[in-house]
Amino acid sequence: MNKIFEVPLYPYEHSPDQDAAAPVRHPVVIIGAGPIGLGMGIDLAQQGVKVVILDDNDKVSFGSRAICFAKRPLEILDRLGCGQAMVDKGVEWDVGKVFFDDREVYKFELQPEQGHERPAFINLQQYYFEEYLVNRVRELEAGGAPIEIRGGSKVTAIGTHPDHATLEIDTPDGSYNIEADWLVACDGAGSPTRQMLGLDFVGRVFEDNFLIADVIMEADFPSERWFWFDPPFNRGQSALLHKQPDGVWRIDLQLGWDIDKEEEKKPENVIPRLKAMLGDDVEFELEWVSIYTFQCRRMEKFRHGRVLFAGDAAHQVSPFGARGANSGLQDTDNLGWKLKLVIEGKAGEHLLDSYDIERIHGADENILNSTRSTDFITPKSEMSRLLRDSVLDLAEHYEFARPLVNSGRLSVPCTYDGSPLNSADALDGPMRTRPGSSCPDAPLGDEFLLRKLGNKFTLLTIDADAPDSIEEDGVTVERLALSVKDDRTGALKDRYLGHAPSAVYLIRPDQHVAARRPSFDESLFRAAIRRATGKE
Amino acid sequence: MTDLILTPNINRADDFYAELLAIHEGLSKDDSDALNARLILILANHIGDRDVLSQAVHAAALTD
Repeated sequence: MNKIFEVPLYPYEHSPDQDAAAPVRHPVVIIGAGPIGLGMGIDLAQQGVKVVILDDNDKVSFGSRAICFAKRPLEILDRLGCGQAMVDKGVEWDVGKVFFDDREVYKFELQPEQGHERPAFINLQQYYFEEYLVNRVRELEAGGAPIEIRGGSKVTAIGTHPDHATLEIDTPDGSYNIEADWLVACDGAGSPTRQMLGLDFVGRVFEDNFLIADVIMEADFPSERWFWFDPPFNRGQSALLHKQPDGVWRIDLQLGWDIDKEEEKKPENVIPRLKAMLGDDVEFELEWVSIYTFQCRRMEKFRHGRVLFAGDAAHQVSPFGARGANSGLQDTDNLGWKLKLVIEGKAGEHLLDSYDIERIHGADENILNSTRSTDFITPKSEMSRLLRDSVLDLAEHYEFARPLVNSGRLSVPCTYDGSPLNSADALDGPMRTRPGSSCPDAPLGDEFLLRKLGNKFTLLTIDADAPDSIEEDGVTVERLALSVKDDRTGALKDRYLGHAPSAVYLIRPDQHVAARRPSFDESLFRAAIRRATGKE
Repeated sequence: MTDLILTPNINRADDFYAELLAIHEGLSKDDSDALNARLILILANHIGDRDVLSQAVHAAALTD
């Protein structure tokens, strides 16, 4: 079968920069054309910021890799203009089963909150995800947006300076140098950029290996998520079965740390395990097998002068809860608008320090959640195993124990509590929309709220007066006027008003709440805009 | 905040204690340990109140 990950999507081409007499200076250079680098590039380019994306490869990622994309990243992808393609191709599951030892302990149905355009998550192979992002880059290029992917271009040296970075790039035509006002490293967990700059990657370290197999089932197999704790076919470890598009099933077998990777990957060792897992009578074809190693850790700081780190390059978590690619995309969501304001001279460099603060907060939350899942899945002591097994035994008999079963807590957007960009909460409104929160979606007739927010600052008024637009020190804020009279489902009131009769929200270009009050007050909102752009 | 009760609060305490011993009778050490763990989780769920549970966890450590 001809797979998209076998096709060069951005083959090496000679760049005019290679013939320039002196190194050409670019406003933004991104290293890495994975999900995070591409997302970063699209975000900046569609807002008119010129970007060059460098990658040493020329294809999308090999094999399925990241396969679960949560609601918030899908909303970010909508803002980037490619959410629909992902949702159309992706699959959803709503029944999950939990197994312990050799028995089914319980079964559950997902009941996501209503009134959101996007589902709680979709399953989609990373190679499709990247392909759709590359398609979006091509669409932007065709429309004249300043974005370029340079494949077959490996960064071999980086120099850092107070107002720029220099890069040496190795290509099939030899090497050349360029300069970047801003460099964004999205080059993955093993980040060569991080290594070239000699920066730390610290934190509590868990070492684990996963055998990942993509399997094509030949007969009908239920669209359910199955998770095994300590199954007979993988003693002392876990296993996960997930559906992907194209009749492909993803199987993750935890292997522990001291293993022989080459031995484990051999089909004669993989196939018997899969048969034990799926049952002897299930016919399947093994499409792809890989061993994935992870650690849980992060960089101490994500901003190092003119070099910014995003995604796995900045932080790495266990796969439980799908917090890798999902959180990386939220990094770029946070960084894009700040970088644009700084490049345009509408905010000081200081604003970028809030990227560090906010996304380190996000990374720590992800590491905490994924650490707790890891502790449940792989107990570290005799007592922790006893408690874990007791939770599973009780879950078979009593409903109360089921929420304690932790096979990964699905990635939800982080609230930037305590961020220096937030103004004090002045509304007696719902907790979920306090300053720092990412805006929850809500239906507005045939449309959805989030489609009307983002890429710029918005003044969202609900049954409150305010000017149609305000400009504060180069930053323009436009009003979006809504009323509970148009809120047929009650979701807007429920999510944005609570008991308050009216509200005015200042919403950032990344759809996070910066400030909220019961009514418009010009001087207070001007102060909130200055604060949200790092000026107070 | 509700305070954890650390004064006598069990009716017919001797009966309760005997019942607790009886349920462990004849069990191996591993099975008894597992039963205790399940009992903790069932009682914790019944209490539910996070503050009370935290106080109980610390009280059990006997570090004061």
